[in-house]
Amino acid sequence: MEKRSSLFHGLPFPTTPVLEPPSCCYSGWRENVDPQKIAFLLRKQWTLYSVTPMYKFSYGNLKEYSRLLSAFVAAEKQKGLAVEVGNDLGIKVTLSTLLGLKGTDQDQVAVLVQIASRSQLPFENAENKVVWSGWFCCISGDDLLESVPEDFTCLSLFLANGAESYTAIVGSWFQKTFDCYFSRLTISPLNLAWMAAMWTGCKVDSHMAATELVFSVPCIPQSLDISYAIHSEDAKALWDTVQKTPGEVTQEEVNLFMDCLYSHFHRHFKIHLSATRLVKVSTSIASAHCDGNIKVLD
Amino acid sequence: ALPSWEIEGMQQRENAKNPKQALQVRRSSLSAWQIGERTAGPKTADLKSAQKHEKGKQQSASDRAGNSTQDHLEQALTYFERGKSSDNFNEVLQKHLATVESIALQRGLSPEGLDVLLNVALSGHLVNTRILKCLIPASVIAESSVVSAVSWLCVGKCSGSTQLLFLRWLIAMFDFIDHKEKLHALYGFFFCSLQDEKLGMQPHLQALLSLYKLFCPELVSITLPAKMKTYFKNSESLWKAAINTIRRRNQGTSPTSQQLILGTGHPQSRKRKWNTQLILPACSTDANNPTRSKEINHADILSHSESFPVEQLHTFSQLLQNIHRLEFPSQMGSVLRNSLLLHYINCIKDESIYLRLYYWMGQTLQEECTWYKLDNQQYEEEFKDFLDIVYKTECFLQEGFSSCEEFLYKSLPLWDGFCCRSQILRLVSWIPLSSFSEMKPHLCEPLAQLFFTSSLYFKCSVLESLKELLQNWLNWHVMQLDVESDPKISPLNTTLSGLVNSVAELIHFVGWIATVALHLENNATFLLYFILDFYETHSCPSLVFICVRIQRALKSLPFVHSFRYRTNLVAAKENELIKKTILQFKFSSQTYQEYNQYIMAMVGCLWTSSAFQKDIHPQGIRLDPEVLKKTRVQEVRNSFNIVHHPALMGYAILFLQQAWPEDKTLNFNLIKGRRWNWYLEYLYVQGLQGLKLFIESSINRVSQVSQTKSGNVQV
Repeated sequence: MEKRSSLFHGLPFPTTPVLEPPSCCYSGWRENVDPQKIAFLLRKQWTLYSVTPMYKFSYGNLKEYSRLLSAFVAAEKQKGLAVEVGNDLGIKVTLSTLLGLKGTDQDQVAVLVQIASRSQLPFENAENKVVWSGWFCCISGDDLLESVPEDFTCLSLFLANGAESYTAIVGSWFQKTFDCYFSRLTISPLNLAWMAAMWTGCKVDSHMAATELVFSVPCIPQSLDISYAIHSEDAKALWDTVQKTPGEVTQEEVNLFMDCLYSHFHRHFKIHLSATRLVKVSTSIASAHCDGNIKVLD
Repeated sequence: ALPSWEIEGMQQRENAKNPKQALQVRRSSLSAWQIGERTAGPKTADLKSAQKHEKGKQQSASDRAGNSTQDHLEQALTYFERGKSSDNFNEVLQKHLATVESIALQRGLSPEGLDVLLNVALSGHLVNTRILKCLIPASVIAESSVVSAVSWLCVGKCSGSTQLLFLRWLIAMFDFIDHKEKLHALYGFFFCSLQDEKLGMQPHLQALLSLYKLFCPELVSITLPAKMKTYFKNSESLWKAAINTIRRRNQGTSPTSQQLILGTGHPQSRKRKWNTQLILPACSTDANNPTRSKEINHADILSHSESFPVEQLHTFSQLLQNIHRLEFPSQMGSVLRNSLLLHYINCIKDESIYLRLYYWMGQTLQEECTWYKLDNQQYEEEFKDFLDIVYKTECFLQEGFSSCEEFLYKSLPLWDGFCCRSQILRLVSWIPLSSFSEMKPHLCEPLAQLFFTSSLYFKCSVLESLKELLQNWLNWHVMQLDVESDPKISPLNTTLSGLVNSVAELIHFVGWIATVALHLENNATFLLYFILDFYETHSCPSLVFICVRIQRALKSLPFVHSFRYRTNLVAAKENELIKKTILQFKFSSQTYQEYNQYIMAMVGCLWTSSAFQKDIHPQGIRLDPEVLKKTRVQEVRNSFNIVHHPALMGYAILFLQQAWPEDKTLNFNLIKGRRWNWYLEYLYVQGLQGLKLFIESSINRVSQVSQTKSGNVQV
């Protein structure tokens, strides 16, 4: 038997994809997506996870996965007895694809997982109530995709909404079945600043809520939170003066934008926000928290 | 039917109505559990028992004051052992139960205690559920207690739910039972009782049996539907956390701790996040992934053989017999606990295996690192265990993981040098060979920073781990020499020149930090030992003695390794000539020159008594006469020769004593001329073979005049 030359090193594989500023993927989404289909994604708080590539995940088997996952969720939720796949379980899990939600064309198609509880009512047309949703998507993983063999599917971002217990169950099933790893994704203040800048610059048709930035100051006994709210038109006006090329955002522009906001605050309150930590950004388009929660409003 | 303790409670309330009676009853109950005393019965209320009550009260007060928890436990166990169904005193019962529970959760229970409590729990009275829930073993469970517990089940004294809880407990604690032969014989009973259920053969029971059939097909005789897929709720969670905590506390003296289950955290702490991967996944087959099942079935049709499920793999011979049809586990991380599977992946050239392991390990290391993410600080013990497992696996495979390497590069700059120190330094020794300039900013700089600012022991540990690193690189390269014959496979540029460059730079780095360390630690002998240990591993001449201050810090010169280096050079040259292949590696003539100068310097020290004289090498040991004067060492020139060298002076003294026993003054100058040769022979006889090799190879003596000749190398 020929001896392998190198077992575990020399693999040019990148590590966990860092949450890149989602500028490109976001603008990509707005162009390709059917608004109705993804309406249910809006106005929900999503918790972010990063997922390693999944082994032997097949888009053709989504129905089978739904059945298995339904049984698994039912078994974990019930007490005692085992659960056979296929029986009437009281909950129903569906896996489906979400077309259009990808950064570039090479990205994998997004996958949506929904847990719906079977209605107890005897009506035939009683709708199942969705109690939990989660979706996987791939964010501009060109570099990653090049180096990963075919057996692996790169859906490196997972967003979950609903009870943590369901997230745990679904996540465990995926981990066991496809040998992947879920880890909570946190958003650094740098990335939050990017989001603030980009979202401010987006055009919003409907009513614009104020742009709010929350900063955290470590204090004893409890940390102090400073909330800085800006009229969104003013913020947009500021951003328009900063941004040079429409459609393109650079780090310098983001820094300048934030510095302007900081100096304005300082002028009024004599507090240097640049020394604090940005923890939450919320605009009329979306909001994001550094713990890895985002909410898209439009 | 009311649970038994409620019935007791009712009786208690009845008793309380009549306080006198209650007192009598209490008195006798106290006397009932006095150690070493037996009572006639629970209802005696005579003076004798009143006296006993007083005595018991005093005793119990002092007991409580001075006794250890062990005594409380013994009291509680004795109470339970003796307690018949007539002992219905809720308060005392609760007290003892609380004692047992708290001790069980802290330390676990001894086999004898478990025996008592199992019998109590299953004999149909008292608070069965609570007792069963706190049956955590400290070490092992005696098989006899399980057998007797099962016999209680046959009698049918306990309720169905208690039976069920007992079975769950048995499953959770199965691995703690010391012997299982008798238990295996009882399986017939278990299957009978399953069929006895009025519900009949339920689908979940069928599923359970089909799972069982996977492990022991010869024991399950009934036919079962083949492709049943079922999920079971994880039932051992009740006890899992407590088991692991106690096992860790008792330092793993349990003989049954073969599993590599790591803890789920302390019971008091917040619930552990669900995606923690410090719990190594169990080796289970991939049957749940329909993609893979379909592929396997397809292959079955062609090959007419089933794949061998990984749960049945227990021995090496099984591995060899089934190696062509072995399935991989569904989670690749589980191979870390299974040495047979490690053998298997060692042979298979499947990239997806490495990738899966790479992703899993990389994520686990990053997520669970205790200084990377501050939330993890309380789980340091588990992280240490995990790092130990990774290290053992690397030793087993004789190769380092690249995910581990990346983890080290990312975490070393943030490391405090204290947390998981020995584990981290051991992992450093398995960093794979690569270009040193890549390693330098990630490994050398943070390590150097920690090195200079830490204790002597840390410095020595780092030197040792760098020595191991060097050794691993050399070993690995030796293994690669076979593969080298196929020049198209060389993803790492692991040619001889690459190796030598990296090795040379590593040695240079170690030389630098060692020099500074010696200054910082004032030439501590302990440190010197480790430095010399490092230099013995490789075969380049030691530069240490050049850098060391002249005040006799150095105890020995590295004879043997310089000879080895020379041998390597010669061998390489010969290989080149013999094989007539154009190796990418070329020893430059500059290397030969350097080598020659080292040899000359060493010979000058040892032989010709011309230490520190002329040496044009930039790292040579020439020192100005002024400097030499400052050291106030007389006769510097011969202070390092074979007579006066600190390491050899002892031999010189012994030689003089043997040669001139009547001469009390030690006159080293007598050793010259003929006697120099005798002395040399004496040294050889004393076992200094390295010295012999060096002198014979590097020094060509012409009559009595010693000359130096830089080796026999045909440059």
